[in-house]
Amino acid sequence: MLSKKATCKSHGQDSSYFLGWQEYEKNPFNEDRNPLGIIQMGLAENQLSFDLLESWLARNPDATMFGSNGGSIFKELALFQDYHGLQTFKTELVEFMAEIRRNKVRFDPQKLVLTAGATSANETLMFCLAEPGEAFLIPTPYYPGFDRDLKWRTGVKIVPIHCSSLNGFRITKAALDEAYDEALKLNLRVKGVFITNPSNPLGTTMNQDEFNHVISFAVSKNIHIVSDEIYAGTVFDSSKFTSIIEAIMDRNLEKTDIWSRIHVVSSLSKDLGLPGFRIGMIYSNNETLIAAATKMSSFGLVSSQTQYLLSKLLGDKKFTRHYIQENQRRLKKRQQVLVSGLQSYGIPCLKSNAGLFCWVDMRNLLSSNAFEAEMELWKKILYEVGLNISPGSSCHCTEPGWFRVCFANMSQETLNLSIHRLQAFVTSNGDGNYQNQKLSTRISRRNSLVVS
Amino acid sequence: MKLLSRKATCNSHGQDSSYFLGWQEYEKNPYDEVRNPTGIIQMGLAESQLSFDLLESWLAENPDASGFTRNGESIFRELALFQDYHGLPAFKKALAEFMEEIRGNKVTFDPRNLVLTAGATSANETLAFCLAEPGEAFLLPTPYYPGFDRDLKWRTGVEIVPIQCTSSNGFRITESALEDAYQLARKQNLRVKGVLVTNPSNPLGTAVSRPELNLLLSFISAKNIHLISDEIYSGTVFSSPSFVSVMEVLLERNLANTQVWNRVHLVYSLSKDLGLPGFRVGAIYSNNNTVVAAATKMSSFGLVSSQTQYLLSAMLADKKFTKHYIFENQVRLQKRHAMLVRGLKNAGISCLDSNAGLFCWVDMRHLLTSKSFDAEMELWKKIVYQVGLNISPGSSCHCAEPGWFRVCFANMSEETLDLAMQRIKDFVVSTATKSSNTGRSHHLSSKYSARKSLSKWVFRLSFHHDSENER
Repeated sequence: MLSKKATCKSHGQDSSYFLGWQEYEKNPFNEDRNPLGIIQMGLAENQLSFDLLESWLARNPDATMFGSNGGSIFKELALFQDYHGLQTFKTELVEFMAEIRRNKVRFDPQKLVLTAGATSANETLMFCLAEPGEAFLIPTPYYPGFDRDLKWRTGVKIVPIHCSSLNGFRITKAALDEAYDEALKLNLRVKGVFITNPSNPLGTTMNQDEFNHVISFAVSKNIHIVSDEIYAGTVFDSSKFTSIIEAIMDRNLEKTDIWSRIHVVSSLSKDLGLPGFRIGMIYSNNETLIAAATKMSSFGLVSSQTQYLLSKLLGDKKFTRHYIQENQRRLKKRQQVLVSGLQSYGIPCLKSNAGLFCWVDMRNLLSSNAFEAEMELWKKILYEVGLNISPGSSCHCTEPGWFRVCFANMSQETLNLSIHRLQAFVTSNGDGNYQNQKLSTRISRRNSLVVS
Repeated sequence: MKLLSRKATCNSHGQDSSYFLGWQEYEKNPYDEVRNPTGIIQMGLAESQLSFDLLESWLAENPDASGFTRNGESIFRELALFQDYHGLPAFKKALAEFMEEIRGNKVTFDPRNLVLTAGATSANETLAFCLAEPGEAFLLPTPYYPGFDRDLKWRTGVEIVPIQCTSSNGFRITESALEDAYQLARKQNLRVKGVLVTNPSNPLGTAVSRPELNLLLSFISAKNIHLISDEIYSGTVFSSPSFVSVMEVLLERNLANTQVWNRVHLVYSLSKDLGLPGFRVGAIYSNNNTVVAAATKMSSFGLVSSQTQYLLSAMLADKKFTKHYIFENQVRLQKRHAMLVRGLKNAGISCLDSNAGLFCWVDMRHLLTSKSFDAEMELWKKIVYQVGLNISPGSSCHCAEPGWFRVCFANMSEETLDLAMQRIKDFVVSTATKSSNTGRSHHLSSKYSARKSLSKWVFRLSFHHDSENER
């Protein structure tokens, strides 16, 4: 009676990624009302800089009041459903994107397509670049949502490019070739490589070697590169982020075929912390693609009310410059708190310079080098320690024991508490090197409190 | 190897049709009372611009709703982070109640069965994804909204088979037309998964009658298929008979919780009733939990901005306001409708008797040089280029008979509508007298200014041909 799409599990929402979420929702931590509850560390949200946005809003009421002081534009906005998007918004948006990229890249608003979030952008790109049954290669570990966003309604397949901890999960030429061969074996035609830069869940920015490999690969196989740069604004130090477009230009490839096979996705959900407003985008130099994607954006346009607000916010260059810098500073600080907190108890993190999370190495805590052990550990951390973190297997990591732990979606105090809880857990469960006399009394008290 | 997918390079988005071409012509030469009085008047845009004053005064009285505050407290953070595809509970509750109000409270809607989507465009596509496999078909009564060719078919791979309706009975849906369509699908080896009706109809402007609804329910029951009822115009019914939702008929026939109950799905939006197409607020309503669950997840691809959900939750929760708005808006629509009908009658042109919508279904068969679609196109071009009115030819709506046109009446001022009527009258008179040169009034001109109007900087500069205004 219903379609296969409606009844299958391809939406991927039975994975642990979402199950941890459900457990959190049954028993959410609240400093006052539920201090023993589960702390949400599986949510890659940026809650660190709302005060900056709130004070901007307080100073600029017109942006939400439909410009009533300057003459109401409510009617125009209410009627505005042009899928080319509000020009002023697109103009400000591309300047914001350029600012984040240290103005090494300039974007043309005519080549930008607005979509209801990066979720919509990514799906739309798949519809435009591949037939059902064709494949994209994606480096592991990757964002679990891609299994739904790229595959579900499009029929496109994902073939993993296996990355390993041996070299910090960097993309290698061998891994690319292997993935391609794997696709061939599965009789899948490969249409492109899909990278997330900065990476989710790794929190790292792509380096020049990786760019060399990916670009050469895409050139030689005559395939696309989709670069999801949704975390570009979360790089702690802007000078360390290179957009795929900059990488192509640095290699003097703008006048070649590959130029029309490069597509960038972004969003304001992570940089500005506005996932509720559903602002995503596709950027490409391929005119046919832009034309098709623009029409497809009919299925997920951005509310004109929201476009207007953001056109005003992003139009305030003084504000955006300050915001970008301050936000990065706060993210860096938070990341350091998490990293050093975990480090002091023998839990290393992958060295990272971006994102809203750390890629944490808990292999030492596994009972065996197996995904079952990872699941076992994950459940303990969820139910006994009271932290919802994301197991690497949900991100298709090939090695058990890695976890993504978010640090920007809670208060400083809550982050400290979560680190304490983890420390307590490690100390009581880990090996003797980390035992600390002073801690053991606190631990036994905490353990009895943390039962959830 | 092909660089892009077939979907990206084909023309299934349907945007090469005359429907959109008329739009382009309008954009090259748009009418403006002051700056371009001989320009083309847009009558192909099913928008309601009649009641913005009501909305604007509500907004002025309720600054909290636009300003991210609730009882004076900032809820910006909360909204900025809110991306739950189950939707803002307060908004869904208010929307469900608004939908009930429009149906005279003869039906109740459970907010948990409501799925929010970025406009009805998204809702319709999502339902097609949920109910049919690529290559399966939906039956649609003709004439129908041209956008369906894109919304239901493009990315889903679903097919549309027309249920041919004719002027012989006022384009009502008949049992034989349904059966013929079903057989036609079979002949084409297409498995039929359901029927989609727009109620009230676009482009007819008529509320689907109770007998038709009963017929549809019997049909889908017998064939074991779905019924999608796109009720986007439900709030625009301005005269009797009052609007009857298929949900109401299901209840009347005691079909609640039967199998057919699980196969009837509604689509709604605030684009027509509240005149807010820019805000992208659509919804699917279904009693089928599996459909609701799947559609909810799919709505990830087109969620409604939380900023907008909040604004509308406040507005729709103001029952005093919504009651007044619905009533007043309908009064204004009726007045405009009457004006158009009268004006056309004055030019010897009749319309299909209608009681809803933002347009009339106009009978210009007597103006055709021959009973053919070529003649319809010829007439349409004359009306666009010579008369200066962008109206929608019936062929773009898949009408089985040439000579019918959809003419919108709610998207311009009274003066402009008046002018449009004058132009039509002049055209008809000049065509009738056959002395084409002397019959032209000073309103017509063979030269058209190519200047774009520049009223509001942000909007006119961005005024490109777009796809959403086609309803």
